[in-house]
Amino acid sequence: MIVAGCDVGSLTTKAVILNNTRVISHALIRSSFNPEKSASEVMDMAMNTAGLTMDDIGFCVGTGYGRERIPFVGKAVSEIACHAKGAHWLLPSVRTIIDIGGQDCKAIRIDETGNIVRFVTNDKCASGTGRFLEVMAKLLGLELEDLGKLSEQARNPITLAATCTAWAQAEVIMHLNTNTSKADLASGINQAMAARVAILAKSVGVEKDVCMTGGVAKNAGVVGAMEKQLGVPMRRLKLDPQVMGALGAAVFAKEKMGGK
Amino acid sequence: MFIAGCDVGSLSAKALIMKKGDVLASHVIFAKPEPEESAREVMDKALEKAGLSMKDIAYCVGTGYGRNSVPFADSVESEIICHGKGAQWLMPEVHMVIDIGGQDAKAIRLDDAGNIIRFAYNDRCASGTGRFLEVMAGAMGIALEDMGQISSRAKAPLSISNQCVVFAETEIISLINAGKELPEIVSGLHKSLAHRVAALARGIELDSEITMTGGVAKNSGMFAALEEALGVKLRKMTTDPQIIGALGAALIARQAADGNGKIRTA
Repeated sequence: MIVAGCDVGSLTTKAVILNNTRVISHALIRSSFNPEKSASEVMDMAMNTAGLTMDDIGFCVGTGYGRERIPFVGKAVSEIACHAKGAHWLLPSVRTIIDIGGQDCKAIRIDETGNIVRFVTNDKCASGTGRFLEVMAKLLGLELEDLGKLSEQARNPITLAATCTAWAQAEVIMHLNTNTSKADLASGINQAMAARVAILAKSVGVEKDVCMTGGVAKNAGVVGAMEKQLGVPMRRLKLDPQVMGALGAAVFAKEKMGGK
Repeated sequence: MFIAGCDVGSLSAKALIMKKGDVLASHVIFAKPEPEESAREVMDKALEKAGLSMKDIAYCVGTGYGRNSVPFADSVESEIICHGKGAQWLMPEVHMVIDIGGQDAKAIRLDDAGNIIRFAYNDRCASGTGRFLEVMAGAMGIALEDMGQISSRAKAPLSISNQCVVFAETEIISLINAGKELPEIVSGLHKSLAHRVAALARGIELDSEITMTGGVAKNSGMFAALEEALGVKLRKMTTDPQIIGALGAALIARQAADGNGKIRTA
């Protein structure tokens, strides 16, 4: 039984194809202005890799901010449910999932069966979302994915006093003018990001095991700072954390087809 | 005896010179990177207008975010106290002051003697401050001071759904791309900021006699939007609302000079 999940986010669009208990392919692209187009494109990529066509897909579930506009899905499910589902499917011991998306952040608590107990989400304030890092990376003239690596070379990480992205931007500019190294800036930025997300996570109650999903989970600087802030290790997932929503959607599709 | 007030804000610096109960001169400049430089330049300009030099000033009070960097200040006072003092001196009936600055917003309640009863303050989130309009003006490629004029042409303000400066900026860009008209967007932004500042003011309970100070008060669209959000007619400042902090500082300087009779020697 082959099923698929497609996650249309604000920044990236992801697809996962599942054959029973095996992920046979996944794909990720930058979202375009058109959610339909992004969804079709990423799905084609994933199917190409797997050597499949749409006729082979038994059922597809859509998720993410553009989930209502995916043409080929049979059902749309919230990102919160999908991230929880995907993470729990890969790592059944997980109880707290912290998902940092391009323009939001969620902390989700689940029970041993994977059901959602509680969640909190921030999509009102850019600080503590992927957008914060995106703005800062641009300011430093870096690619978003270089922030984590660069922060490993930090000697004296800066401390950002402001929470607000707009004020933090002014602070970073001030540091740039005083020739602070980009590594020290990157590390301070990652720590500020983690501090903000940790507050959200604590408000939902952090219970082990804990994992991070979403693109920011690939930033080692943020992950390390989160571990320090929360005092728990972050369990690594055996699949790109950024496709976790799409994986969860695919697991929902499998359940819909009657598979366990 | 001449006294002075100097208000070094995040975006602009203001200086005001008084002789007894009369305002002799005032000046406003855009803030320089160094607050000391802003303070010196704006004070020199105000002194020049008054035909005075620094040695004529018996006492000067510094205020604003850069108040501790005003090299010639004899003492410093918080902006909150200065805005309250300045506004009530001009308009004794006023018991509440709403000040929207370049990177903060304040709501201040005063008693009959101009003392502060309560105040609320936001400098944590840029979206409830003048920075919100500054960022949006930048995104639209218009001048901050033109926003009032532009919004006056709006037929119906748009609703801006994002509060966060960062998210709202993206929203504005997509509204422009979707062919929405600037007046409608700008008046929507005024409404948006007005709602947040009104919520701040409501937190300390409204008084019926309210005025608005700070540079944003010069924006007629913002002034009207705040009246609408508060459901109260605001008292309009009869003088430049941007210099009220410096005025309050000068008034405090007058008290101090009267008290100690100190004459500047430098």
